[in-house]
Amino acid sequence: MAEEAPRIPIPWAWYGGGLLSLAVIFISSWHLQIRPQELLQGLPQMIRLFQEFLHPDVSYLKKVLPALLDTLRMAIGGTAMGAFFSFPLLFWAAKNTAPAPWVYHLSRFLLNFLRTLPELLLAALFVAVVGLGMMSGLLAIAIFSLGIIGKLASEKVETIDPGPLEALQAVGAPLPVRILWAAWPQMSPDWLSYTLYTLEINIRAATILGLVGAGGIGSLLTTAMKSLAYPKVAAILLAVFFMVLLVEGWSSFMRRRIL
Amino acid sequence: MKERTFWLVVLGALLIWSFLGLSWPGKTLAVGLSMAAKMVEGILHPDWSFAGETLRYLLESLEMAFVGTALSALLAIPFGFWAAAHPIGKAFLAAVRTFPELILAIVFLVGLGPGPFAGVMALAVHSTGMLGKLYGEAVEHVSPGPREALLAVGAPSTSLLWLAVLPQVLPAFLSLAIYRFEINVRAATVLGVVGAGGIGTPLLFSLQAYAWPKVGMMLLAIVVAVFAVDFLSARARQKLV
Repeated sequence: MAEEAPRIPIPWAWYGGGLLSLAVIFISSWHLQIRPQELLQGLPQMIRLFQEFLHPDVSYLKKVLPALLDTLRMAIGGTAMGAFFSFPLLFWAAKNTAPAPWVYHLSRFLLNFLRTLPELLLAALFVAVVGLGMMSGLLAIAIFSLGIIGKLASEKVETIDPGPLEALQAVGAPLPVRILWAAWPQMSPDWLSYTLYTLEINIRAATILGLVGAGGIGSLLTTAMKSLAYPKVAAILLAVFFMVLLVEGWSSFMRRRIL
Repeated sequence: MKERTFWLVVLGALLIWSFLGLSWPGKTLAVGLSMAAKMVEGILHPDWSFAGETLRYLLESLEMAFVGTALSALLAIPFGFWAAAHPIGKAFLAAVRTFPELILAIVFLVGLGPGPFAGVMALAVHSTGMLGKLYGEAVEHVSPGPREALLAVGAPSTSLLWLAVLPQVLPAFLSLAIYRFEINVRAATVLGVVGAGGIGTPLLFSLQAYAWPKVGMMLLAIVVAVFAVDFLSARARQKLV
């Protein structure tokens, strides 16, 4: 057996990389005009904010609830729309079910592109087009969901058992038939599971879309924040927290059931 | 099978409830379509005279993402070990994670005033919640071999961390932090919407003023930056694993 020279536990390159990162951090912080002492100066104000957070305005919850349900509707409706429109795309973006290589590359690019735009930006774009309100939030969520579900589901399609696909091809079935009877049945539970997972992401995202006027609880939140009504803010955050918890619990329960 | 039918019915009912409750927008279809046409037209013709300013704001977002991620990558180390050692640590990190970056940014704006510092802190705190959890999982998967070997030769217990644990987890820590940087670059582009620095502030102003060529310029810059960061980060993470 060849003698291996004992290596130092953490290679020197790591120390070099660490120093380099430190340098970049300092230069960036200087450029961003970050002064850490401001954190200490601002601390009393933030502590007062937290103290006010501890006394949520419970009576305000009556107003919060309808907006909360709107947020839920936006998230569910948008996710459903994204899941629905993921349909031809997710098979086009999988190597084994794409009709032609160029379709595959184009679909992959489209799905990657859709995911680069943050939901809040999409929502702001839709607010300009369809106006203030839930509809713009729903459309933004739909586009974003299409990107995530399409990407995850197409990767799943690429790992399915090729047997049924080849069997149908051998008897001369056209591509749509092969997809419907050989590919889809193998991955439909996964598709539903990805959709529920996307819903979990969207329920969080939907709470902030109101910041740009896209409906839901976010608009109440901005108003309360701007008028410095922190007990109201606390009530809203509390309600959001429980809704997110509830939806996540239900969704992960469902996902365990499906798979 | 019966249970499955039940859940499908529940799912269907939820969908119907969601779509029935939608409030329809005030704009008519014709107005919306002409608006959309103008938007697409403008975005496809970016205002290149605005490129210099766009790059400055974009650089600010990238720097915010880098500093925020770096801070969280360091902070998450003790929290990760805490989470691996005790359920309270895990619960603490879960509580930190529930606050989205934008909400945290608003809290820090109260203390720090508008500007990138509040954005950096928001990214750092939220990412610490995320990275701490993942670091903790990496620590739990450490092989006990090197630790036992060191103990067997009588190494001082202070050297265990440096010589047995850290060499095993550092590549995983770095890989997770780089991945987090990808996510934070996206987040840093929108933090400006609440005034926490970066390209989000001018972007929101241009959107509200319907200045589509400027919006197009900034969107182009964001998309290119996100693509580039994703590509480089995937490369770097492949090398690490």
